[in-house]
Amino acid sequence: MIRHPLLFGCALALPLTLCAQQASVQVQQPDLQGSRQLESLTATSVVRDYLQSWKAFRAALDRNAPRLLDQAFVGTARTKLSDTIAEQNKLGIHTHYVDRAHRLQIVFYSPDGLSIQLVDHVTYDEQVMQGNTVLAMQPIHARCLVVLTPSQTSWQVRIFQATAE
Amino acid sequence: MSLVRCLLLAGSALVASPFLLAQSLSMNLPARVAAGSAFSVPTSGSGPGTLTIVGPGQALRRNVQLGSAVALAAGVLYNAGEYVAILSDGSDSQIGLFEVTAAQQPSTLSFLAEPSRLPVDLQNGISGTVYLFDVYHNLIVSPMPVSFDLSASSGPSQTRTVTTRYGVGWTRMNSAPKEGSAHFVAHAGDVSSTRVIDEVPGDPCNLSMTATPDGVKAKLQTAPVRDCSGNPVPDGTVVTFTASYNGMQSTVDVPLKKDIAQVEMPVPHGATISVASGVVAGNQIRWSGQ
Repeated sequence: MIRHPLLFGCALALPLTLCAQQASVQVQQPDLQGSRQLESLTATSVVRDYLQSWKAFRAALDRNAPRLLDQAFVGTARTKLSDTIAEQNKLGIHTHYVDRAHRLQIVFYSPDGLSIQLVDHVTYDEQVMQGNTVLAMQPIHARCLVVLTPSQTSWQVRIFQATAE
Repeated sequence: MSLVRCLLLAGSALVASPFLLAQSLSMNLPARVAAGSAFSVPTSGSGPGTLTIVGPGQALRRNVQLGSAVALAAGVLYNAGEYVAILSDGSDSQIGLFEVTAAQQPSTLSFLAEPSRLPVDLQNGISGTVYLFDVYHNLIVSPMPVSFDLSASSGPSQTRTVTTRYGVGWTRMNSAPKEGSAHFVAHAGDVSSTRVIDEVPGDPCNLSMTATPDGVKAKLQTAPVRDCSGNPVPDGTVVTFTASYNGMQSTVDVPLKKDIAQVEMPVPHGATISVASGVVAGNQIRWSGQ
């Protein structure tokens, strides 16, 4: 009963990032269908680097700063997100994304070990801003299909594509 | 005038007033559209407004005349994903959510074949992985058949058909029993992609040598060196001859030339001569000088 007014006030008065809490993360057993054995250390690294990529994604699209994508995104994902940032800049808008919950499952590890795919049933809020004015705030439940490839020190997101749940 | 009549009159006035009805701002978004396809968004309201569409994949805005449909031409919205649409008349706005899905026609295959070179006759030694994309480089997530075809320069080809899962299809194949270049092709819809795999002879099999006297030395020579499938082992492969006598050893490394390795080396009578290549050991000869 007490939380509702507080949350409402927060949504009205503060940027969404200040209201953000740590997203809940649930990792399910991999479902690889025999493609390649996955070491638990690899699985842990992939999940860690993917969740880290959300931080880069949020910051880059909020500040319209494509360079913030560099550590976490490569290839198609990097290109598409930086194109979106350029379009946001042109329109004079920026976007707050706040991820609330992730339910992750690794679904493919290529036999050559050069790509890993995971599915993220994610709940996030998308807040479209023009300067300090909120144009829209929309909670979204989506299924993100993500392909990561290894770099020298981490796994980087190469494909990042959402579909409706 | 009775109360009922008043209410009826008031209701009639509301229904008859197009101005009041036209003020309500709304849009009728499709739940999903295919990437790059044309679609329209009927709106209600009056006067000028804007339609802003924003998602991780794209951001765009169109000036609109409220009350009419907003047409988005083919090729305008092409990145798959979830999008927020905001219809605004400057003072009020309506928000909606819709999905852009990948087109169902594959346009690009991202085909990873591994390794590019391997020994002949290796079970499940070759792997192929395909990611399917539409013309806008969206991953096609609905299940689709992908066929893999591995054809060597000799022998029958191998074909496997798999159904993609989350946009990915993969397989494993055996290398051919004969050496040569193999073409590994992945097909999906009207597109295909080819990789060349070098299938090379495996380790030597049944390594054997003969020894004949040549003055004070022994002339050692292997039979033509083949792998277990009968393919000649490549020239340059090192063969090691070793002579052991009274706890002393002398060793000579010789590269294969035209399938054989030969050397002349001093060997004392009573010595044991052996031959090997890599981890493969051949026969032994007790040297008597004859």
